Amino acid sequence: MPVTLRLPTVLAKSAGGQTVHEATGGTVGAVIDDVTSRHPELASRLRGPDGKPYPYVIFYLDDEDIRFQQGFATPVADGAEIVVVPAIAGG
Amino acid sequence: MSIGRPASELPSLDQEEILRYSRHLIIPDVGVEGQRRLKAARVLMVGAGGLGSPIGLYLAAAGVGTLGLVEFDVVDVTNLQRQVIHGTKDVGRKKVESARDRIHDVNPHVKVVPYDTQLTSANALDIVKDYDLVVDGTDNFATRYLVNDACVLLGKPNVYGSIFRFEGQSTVFCTTDGPCYRCLYPEPPPPGLVPSCAEGGVLGVLPGLLGLVQATEAVKLIVGAGEPLVGRLLLVDALRMSFRTVKLRKNPACPACGTHELKGLVDYVQFCGLRGQEDVTDGIPTITPAELDERRRRKDAFDLIDVREPHEWEIGRIEGARLAPLSSFAETLRTLDSARDVVVYCKSGVRSAKAVRQLQAAGFKRVWNLAGGILRWSEEIDPTVPRY
Repeated sequence: MPVTLRLPTVLAKSAGGQTVHEATGGTVGAVIDDVTSRHPELASRLRGPDGKPYPYVIFYLDDEDIRFQQGFATPVADGAEIVVVPAIAGG
Repeated sequence: MSIGRPASELPSLDQEEILRYSRHLIIPDVGVEGQRRLKAARVLMVGAGGLGSPIGLYLAAAGVGTLGLVEFDVVDVTNLQRQVIHGTKDVGRKKVESARDRIHDVNPHVKVVPYDTQLTSANALDIVKDYDLVVDGTDNFATRYLVNDACVLLGKPNVYGSIFRFEGQSTVFCTTDGPCYRCLYPEPPPPGLVPSCAEGGVLGVLPGLLGLVQATEAVKLIVGAGEPLVGRLLLVDALRMSFRTVKLRKNPACPACGTHELKGLVDYVQFCGLRGQEDVTDGIPTITPAELDERRRRKDAFDLIDVREPHEWEIGRIEGARLAPLSSFAETLRTLDSARDVVVYCKSGVRSAKAVRQLQAAGFKRVWNLAGGILRWSEEIDPTVPRY
């Protein structure tokens, strides 16, 4: 069963206009690799050039912050959902 | 958890107030004591814009005794699509004055304390210290970090909300054991990466949704009802009308609320990488609308390039221009002739300044940025071009 990656609309433009992406991968990082292989423009919006996370783009695996797990190495189970939450400041 | 004073020190309600708040008084979770807590409460609203409008209206209606309003801006006609505390008659007025008048109309029992100023590192602690809680309705990262740090340093809950286009986020930061804004976002994005609502737009009803989540949380904190939105980040997606919460954790290494190495307020303009970026048009060759008009009248040979997005081009354009959005400018660049004069414009002159830099880097020598963009063109040369 695939994994779901949910992007906010602000990032959808870099991902073919879609916010919901079905993907495969055993870790959060592998899931990101899978989606960004189809949408290369998205890659730099999710991870820094060094492959590290940005401090303003947060990943939640089944509603838990991956920074308090193993980061991009956090294992992902079939059917899991990854939600990408970037900082926004509008008011 | 309820904030503020012991029950014995709460102000009483007069007969008019008892009648006005009767629908609160008959809810056991609020009751007379909860209403007296609301009357005693001092809430600081930072921003009286999209989020601040519903927050101010509903906190006033609910009977919050003192509302501080920090806002330096003036009501603009483009605010009215979402900033419902202000009316058409208020265009051009100070927002603090317009909001104060509207709040007094909603509930004359509310004391409004206007701060016609920008919240800064110099004044924030002095302003925030007089309040029980802060509701953050600002529109930029620098002020959000400032509000957060002031709340951490003074031990005030920070009811947070932010919006962009169709989406919003809300939570309550800075409670005794809860996380703060820096636990969630240790650093802001680089300037220019995340567009503001002025640049990227926002669905007018969205701040209504999120602002009322914030107002609800503020009322709950004051009366001590229910479970506050602490340790949970609410994500609202208006396009799918989905509401979900993800878990927020306090970061033990957070310099503000974890290690407490942050002992005072800092320079938030610098922290957000904005120092030296105040004017991206610095050093860019410019042409004024009058000069451009003169060149057109003389029928000079030059290319006029509009670097806005197609949906902005649909709103209006300068006659004779060619559309080449900045987002895909590299492709357009190859089709331009560097031997010809090039004039570039956008809405206000910022994006076109970036395009001019790209052209200069590609070897274009005779390239100018239209000062003030199409807005100034509309103002000074052709009023039939709509402003937006």
